[in-house]
Amino acid sequence: MSTVKLTVNGKAVAVDVEDRTLLVQLLRDHLNLTGTHVGCDTSQCGACVVHVDGKAVKSCTMLAGQADGASITTIEGIAKGDELHPMQAAFRDNHGLQCGYCTPGMIMSAIDIVHRYGGQLDEATVRHELEGNICRCTGYHNIVKAVLDAAGRMKVSQAAE
Amino acid sequence: MGVEGIGASVVRKEDKRFITGKGRYVDDIKLQGMTHAHFIRSPHAHAKVKGIDSSAALKMPGVVAVLTGQEIVDDKVGNLICGWAITSKDGSPMKMGAWPAMAPETVRFVGQAVAVVIAETKNLARDAAEAVVVNYEELPAVADVHAAIKSGAPQLHPEAPGNQVYDWVIGDEGATDAAFAKAANVVKLDVTNNRLAPNAMEPRAAIADYDSAEEHFTLYTTSQNPHVARLVLSAFYNIAPEHKLRVIAPDVGGGFGSKIFIYPEEMVALWASKKVGRPVKWTGDRTEAFLTDAHGRDHVTHAEMAFDANNKITGLKVKTYANFGAYMSLFSSSVPTYLYATLLSGQYNIPAIHAEVVGVYTNTTPVDAYRGAGRPEASYLIERLMETAARQLKVDPAALRRTNFITTFPHQTPVIMAYDTGDFNASLDAAMKAIDYAGFAGRKAKAKADGKLRGIGVSCYIEACGIAPSKAVGSLGAGVGLWESAEVRVNPVGTIEVLTGSHSHGQGHETTFCQLVAERLGVPISQVSIVHGDTDKVQFGMGTYGSRSAAVGLTAILKAMEKMESKAKKIAAHALEASEGDIVIENGEFKVAGTDKAIAFPMVALAAYTAHNLPDGMEPGLKESAFYDPTNFTFPAGTYICELEVDAGTGKTSFVNFVAADDFGRLINPMIVEGQVHGGLAQGIGQALLEHAIYDASGQPVTASFMDYAMPRADDLPSFNLSHTTTLCPGNPLGIKGCGEAGAIGASAAVINAITDAIGKNNLEMPATPDRVWRTIHAA
Repeated sequence: MSTVKLTVNGKAVAVDVEDRTLLVQLLRDHLNLTGTHVGCDTSQCGACVVHVDGKAVKSCTMLAGQADGASITTIEGIAKGDELHPMQAAFRDNHGLQCGYCTPGMIMSAIDIVHRYGGQLDEATVRHELEGNICRCTGYHNIVKAVLDAAGRMKVSQAAE
Repeated sequence: MGVEGIGASVVRKEDKRFITGKGRYVDDIKLQGMTHAHFIRSPHAHAKVKGIDSSAALKMPGVVAVLTGQEIVDDKVGNLICGWAITSKDGSPMKMGAWPAMAPETVRFVGQAVAVVIAETKNLARDAAEAVVVNYEELPAVADVHAAIKSGAPQLHPEAPGNQVYDWVIGDEGATDAAFAKAANVVKLDVTNNRLAPNAMEPRAAIADYDSAEEHFTLYTTSQNPHVARLVLSAFYNIAPEHKLRVIAPDVGGGFGSKIFIYPEEMVALWASKKVGRPVKWTGDRTEAFLTDAHGRDHVTHAEMAFDANNKITGLKVKTYANFGAYMSLFSSSVPTYLYATLLSGQYNIPAIHAEVVGVYTNTTPVDAYRGAGRPEASYLIERLMETAARQLKVDPAALRRTNFITTFPHQTPVIMAYDTGDFNASLDAAMKAIDYAGFAGRKAKAKADGKLRGIGVSCYIEACGIAPSKAVGSLGAGVGLWESAEVRVNPVGTIEVLTGSHSHGQGHETTFCQLVAERLGVPISQVSIVHGDTDKVQFGMGTYGSRSAAVGLTAILKAMEKMESKAKKIAAHALEASEGDIVIENGEFKVAGTDKAIAFPMVALAAYTAHNLPDGMEPGLKESAFYDPTNFTFPAGTYICELEVDAGTGKTSFVNFVAADDFGRLINPMIVEGQVHGGLAQGIGQALLEHAIYDASGQPVTASFMDYAMPRADDLPSFNLSHTTTLCPGNPLGIKGCGEAGAIGASAAVINAITDAIGKNNLEMPATPDRVWRTIHAA
């Protein structure tokens, strides 16, 4: 057992976990942040993507101990109160989700993509960058639309800040 | 239409919880004192279980129990059932071997459970499972359908000699032979419809909780049809009588058919929760999903189509071998028979059809309904045949289809189905216009100049949806009725709860079903809640599959609404001192037509519950229910056209355009309908280009993770170009046909027709991987 100290959605936490505990298990089982999902166990599907120090990471492939000292943001931590993150709003407005299971990971990956490209995205780039997130419901059509829509909204909201 | 009524693309009500991480899936639920189950599964495709030694595991910390197949048999838990009886051509009933929830003696596919460890945590259960020693005696195994029916093949079940479940026929063999005897041309085709793994993104999960004081079970499960699960668990598996079993299917992360069935893991969790006296949770991992979720498709077919001198189809002969895997899953028997062969007429006038289907056991994961269930196999076969025929007869493939379209309705096919309505020319026209079919030759020439092989492929699909009426499916062998139920509860303040037996696992019922209420009453959808997925709340239901939720489930809601409105009108008329026949409902008010006299809907509701001033003899309250059983299947149809390029040097396919023109009857929410089509197309294209659940000759699965099984990813797919043509379904009052499966049914033939057009060779099996396409191009 080890104590892992980290910041999750802006809140400092210390959790005693078995050394083999994965970050996703810490989030789901110890902190009850069940918005982060497990879809494949092999780092393929991306349902478990969270941000570790601002970068998209598959939390099923990182030991909780490796996140010691890090700042984690999960799907539960991106809205400001009742105000949705522009990516969340874009997924809703573009019908970018159906069963909702892959959605948290998609949104967390997509935010990272928009940041990495400074909002300069086209369809081919979005499709290529989403390669590590699998959705079985939407055929990606509306997810791609949502990410492109959000890229515009995020640029606008950043400019406004 | 109002802004939230029928036909409006209303943004989904359910999305807020999903985009904020507040969805509640089975694995998100924790119960007090909950234990965790891990199954011990066979690594062999066929073996005798000679012994299970759990002594070391039982000594490990945190281990609560190790339970075996023999114990579940000893406790008289029933074997898994197949709910659709099929009769072979010789009159004999289908031949089935027993399927116990955990194997006491013999395992017949890799992944079949033989025991389960119950422990304090999931990790401890896994650790302990490693310490359980199972002694197997390996037996010869067979995975391929043709190998399984050869004499001398390993035999799976003594009940099914030759591994044959049934040999079933449909249609008029004599008339079909006569048509072939007179044919001007005969087109022949062999096709394999590749086995697929459904892969809903949420793995299956179950939590069982036994209350010993009440002798009552609660099961949280990833189900598309919780009431059917309760019925089967009660009536056949002896878990508990129905009134002592509550089944809850909360948010479910996709189904595609794979979550219709009642699986061994739910049964074991229920049984084990009583045995250990604590709640038991099981959450599958992805490899368990590949090994144990019912697979789809896996047909091998030879077909011949007869044409007269005018290129009119005169007959169709089909022989299909369907691989069922090692056991008959819940609805598996119906998939290659009544859901497949009954659609072999496609969109065409075919005077004589004869089809024979041989169902075969193999040492592989059981196969059952997967998105489309039988209809994709039928559509793929017919549309590959039409393309092959066009090439052989040297006519334009679209024109050949047009020559043979059914144009008058109703149309009785030779294979049971009576198509009620449609306009196949309209959807073909719309798709051809959308893709500029006329300009294709020029584009192909230009691509050739650029060194690319360009092809175009047409697919005109039809499907039978709703999966009803009960009397019809009963006469064909179904063990259940396939109606739907609904209840409309108006609260005293005028808010409304609609309880439905349909289940939403991505389809957006919480929005579309509200839209019907908004349309009829003129109230905002925020005043309406949809309740589903809990047998303690909803009176009954048959669940969601077969594109039935709108055509059948929503119609049941309409019927309950009509009853409620009728009573509400009487109350309003009484309050307004008017005649009931003069009351109209507009914008949330009950009005006396042609006057300014009105009473707001909440006041009608309040009057119903205060009961101070109701018409004489009227019961208080405002709540009505309905059971709706349709008169026919519905028949969505349409045309998909795919244009693509093949790189002859690598065999890689690149999409240029993919157009879809669908006739789904009335659309409730076009945004949601289009989303359903997108997802279906992705699954159809996935089957055509990428997906294949593969076994080696010894029955070992070689595609049991996302590392090995090629799921369609964002960069494998194009954006889609969708349009709709509309003929209203006459079979239900809303005119709805259903849209959930169309994409998966129609897409794969369009893709393969396009690739084979591009490369100029007709024989190409799915999935058309670059390797396979390259080999086909360069084959002698």
